[in-house]
Amino acid sequence: MPRFDLALMLHGQYHDWLVTGLFVSLKLAAVVFVFALPLAIAIALLRLAPLRVLRALGMVYVEGIRNVPLLAHLLFWYFGAPELLPDAVKERLYAGNFEFIAGAIALTLYTAAYMAEDIRSGIRAIPVVQFEAGRALGFGFLATMRRIVLPQALRITVPPLISQTLNLWKDTSIATVIGVAEMMYQAARVESASFRSAEAFAFATAAYLTVSLAITGLAAWYHRRFPVRTI
Amino acid sequence: MIDLIHTYWLYFLVGQYPNGPLGGLALTVLLAALALVLALPIGLLLGLARVSPFRAVRWPVTALVHVVRGIPLLMVIFWAYFFLPGVTGHQTGQFSTMLMALVVFDGVYLAEIVRAGIQGVPRGQFEAARALGLGYPRAMQRVILPQALRSMLPSLVNQFISTIKETSLGYIIGLTEASFIAAQINTQVFTRATQVYLLLGLTYFVLCFGLSRIAHLLERRLARRAPVRAARPSAAVPLANESNA
Amino acid sequence: MIQFDNVNKWYGDYQALADVSETIGKGEVVVVCGPSGSGKSTLIRTINRLEAIDSGTITVEGEDIHRRGLDVNRLRSRIGFVFQQFNLFPHLSVLQNCTLAPVALGGARPAQAHQKAMELLDRVGLAHKAGAWPSELSGGQQQRVAIARALAMEPPMMLFDEPTSALDPEMVGEVLLVMQGLVRDGMTLVVVTHEMGFARDVAHRVLFMDQGRVLERAEPHEFFNHPQHPRAQQFLADIRTPFARA
Repeated sequence: MPRFDLALMLHGQYHDWLVTGLFVSLKLAAVVFVFALPLAIAIALLRLAPLRVLRALGMVYVEGIRNVPLLAHLLFWYFGAPELLPDAVKERLYAGNFEFIAGAIALTLYTAAYMAEDIRSGIRAIPVVQFEAGRALGFGFLATMRRIVLPQALRITVPPLISQTLNLWKDTSIATVIGVAEMMYQAARVESASFRSAEAFAFATAAYLTVSLAITGLAAWYHRRFPVRTI
Repeated sequence: MIDLIHTYWLYFLVGQYPNGPLGGLALTVLLAALALVLALPIGLLLGLARVSPFRAVRWPVTALVHVVRGIPLLMVIFWAYFFLPGVTGHQTGQFSTMLMALVVFDGVYLAEIVRAGIQGVPRGQFEAARALGLGYPRAMQRVILPQALRSMLPSLVNQFISTIKETSLGYIIGLTEASFIAAQINTQVFTRATQVYLLLGLTYFVLCFGLSRIAHLLERRLARRAPVRAARPSAAVPLANESNA
Repeated sequence: MIQFDNVNKWYGDYQALADVSETIGKGEVVVVCGPSGSGKSTLIRTINRLEAIDSGTITVEGEDIHRRGLDVNRLRSRIGFVFQQFNLFPHLSVLQNCTLAPVALGGARPAQAHQKAMELLDRVGLAHKAGAWPSELSGGQQQRVAIARALAMEPPMMLFDEPTSALDPEMVGEVLLVMQGLVRDGMTLVVVTHEMGFARDVAHRVLFMDQGRVLERAEPHEFFNHPQHPRAQQFLADIRTPFARA
């Protein structure tokens, strides 16, 4: 096996490829997070709604998404869903940067399902009397949630949400299967171009670990700075 | 959609077997089961190491756990795929590669489940065992682990569900598991991608949702047979009770 | 049989045991009492090394229990210990709880251990529950099984850490009765308890502790009727009339 060449990871063309991949991974994670969180709150509220139909809808979403692997979701949104569109639209999609969009859609729906469950647990941890007090004052379901329950639930929910963000960060790697040019894709590309698998994968491993550590560190900081306060 | 199922159900279920290696859904389940069975002893050892009183054992394992949990499974698969042949000396097939990667990855996650299980057994149990004169290993083996493993069962079933979903990544290295077969079917049929991938999702759903119901049942049955706690916490008992009359 | 020589223990800045020096002879029944946090539980837990000490020596059956090379498991098998929370093993039956240690440690044959365990269960009045699971028993029954379990290794001494504090009042009596039976058989007992009736009627000696120190040691008659130390006087006064204040 050829000697490990550190320089390869630090500058040159392969380095540029890997760095581009890292940025795409980060961009994908950020975009998904921004869309998944509000969706997750909506699903959580759906699962706690007073109407049975709404609750069922929420449950179908969560169970349907979580019991199917992310890879299958990605395959569906990239290969399966466009089939339903008219040919002209389909061709334009595939000509453009559709991989990223399909990947973002699949990841958003997937991540939101998991986040919704964490948010729901957080809301349920708030004593129901808080909710009743809000209703007794005359607030409707949504207003009570928004003004009284959610602000309290958020502090409890942040640690599991940060843990989900960690999962999201790692899940971006699977988008490589539909051709998103994120870090794993670039690492594999460097490998097939240069046969330098060790250096390429070491870079990717280090990058994943660094961001993971940063996210975990954020969780620890939050826990110290904002401890859960109950009555 | 029915005709799709009618034509391809066997191919989706077992791949090219017996005219080729096992594939499809059968391969998915087999791979997941085998990976979990092999990962369990590793998870047990690593979990015990995580609660070990010896720092020299505890620290390296803790570091390993944090590293493996900080990288995607796909990374572990790639490392295995590109380096196993060099390490073992001969070509490793996709199945073996995937199996190795899953065993390492799941072993680490199982270690955390084991650790939580062991730490969930009340401390008094350990003290009672030591007070009888049982050494640390014997106390673990006869008193702590039997209780820990029982409480871990629902988590283990959940881990099995996760592992089934993880096998789908075999697609990326060309393993002929369920998702790969679905993609093959899609290239043959070509114009019904939506249906093919919907069916794939449905299959996973039925399998995983079914297993999650079993886990749920296990959790309920375990809650009923939980160990009894003492009637009430310590309180000073008055010498005579007539004074409160 | 058990000897403390200038034993000290700290939890950080808090001193849990301060210059404790006591001797407990063979066949003696000693009750340790005192207010919460006085160090009574810590004291007996140091005897079988469930707690460590920071200075001083503890000698059991003539041996320094902290000397290098001592087999701590063998030490513990010669000391029966009964916990406040019973700590029966829920995954084993009542009988199996009692045979675990003799078979695994003592090398006893299963049949022998079985018979001995049944005798002990009979002695505590629970032979008919041999096949039951701990979760099926009341607190008082569980504690009696715990005593039988501790006796299974035939230890020359027994330590009780507030054995009845976690029991509903109507079950306290059945456990104290079993303990009284042990006294009649000549067993060496050290008991941490709030049950003053037991102390008065059964104990040979009472040790009163406060803030890690043994403040008074006397025969029960002397202690309850003529306490010397002001803290002991206060303690006894508090117990008798909890709502009165001078």
